[in-house]
Amino acid sequence: MMGNVATEPIPPFERFYLAHRDEVLGYLRRLLGRRAEDAWQETFLRALRAYDRLEHGRHLRAWVFMIATNVAMDDLRVKPQIPVNGEPAVELRRDAFRELEHLTGDLPPTERAAVVLRYGYDLPYAQIADALGSSEEAARAAASSGVRRLRRTHERHA
Amino acid sequence: MNVTPELDARFRAIALREGLVDVRYDIVDSPIGGLFVAATDRGLARIHFHPEGQEDELARIFGVRVLRSPLDDVRRELDEYFEGTRTSFDLPLDLRVAPFHADVLRELALVPYGRTETYGALAAKVGRPRAARAVGTVMNRNPIPIVLPCHRIVGANGSLTGYAGGLDVKRRLLELEGATLLF
Repeated sequence: MMGNVATEPIPPFERFYLAHRDEVLGYLRRLLGRRAEDAWQETFLRALRAYDRLEHGRHLRAWVFMIATNVAMDDLRVKPQIPVNGEPAVELRRDAFRELEHLTGDLPPTERAAVVLRYGYDLPYAQIADALGSSEEAARAAASSGVRRLRRTHERHA
Repeated sequence: MNVTPELDARFRAIALREGLVDVRYDIVDSPIGGLFVAATDRGLARIHFHPEGQEDELARIFGVRVLRSPLDDVRRELDEYFEGTRTSFDLPLDLRVAPFHADVLRELALVPYGRTETYGALAAKVGRPRAARAVGTVMNRNPIPIVLPCHRIVGANGSLTGYAGGLDVKRRLLELEGATLLF
């Protein structure tokens, strides 16, 4: 079983591209708004440049979200900022996220990325950590902090 | 959030221009159905009669950076061939086959439009007169049919024997070229 996972072949780039191009554009739109198209193109060019050096076909979805996150953070000229506040982790239910989703644009970029990857794209924290270049704990903290901020904004608007 | 056709086309064009693609492919419409065509920087590398699942074979042989994109030169020459206005192809080819296969395919390319040749005669031309069966194998594995005209190779008695695209297609190609068919 492990052997199968380790040797999972790299699919032809076309198949990888068709599988992820739309969701990556959606993600970048949430992070960057109108500037998403240039970042989307840069994301897939970076993916293509690195594609023949991949060693296996595992976690390609998380990999392309990581590249997209890096491109977006470059575009926003920020480094991922992980909040350190020691507060307990909070989670959102899916339906609760759909109610708050329209407010994600107001979050700081790292929190926005973490929240959108977690609740919009269902990525596990280990993969969000890769995308943010952080630890899993820090990724969870970023998403939690984002959720708290979303709730506060929502209450203010309510 | 769907990628627009314009954004998609721009990405594909830039990827090609920057030399990031190992092999590109397209599906070309033709009177005998959709043809899967693939090319590298060196030239036309594949034609297949059955487009499904060919990307995996391309990735295995030429590299994983497989991208669909228009192959205008190939499409134009195939269109002209099927319209009957082209009797030979000018496309550069990327043939990656064993030496014997390369010898046979080189001779095959010289069989004129509208003429047929037997497996045995083609074997004799590469200096292996008893290798008709081996020549049959080379025809069977021809990576670029139509352009390398294995449809012009027939059995010793003139029968069509076999063809990757099916005998109907072989017959249609020979009829298009005005070849004399015994069967």
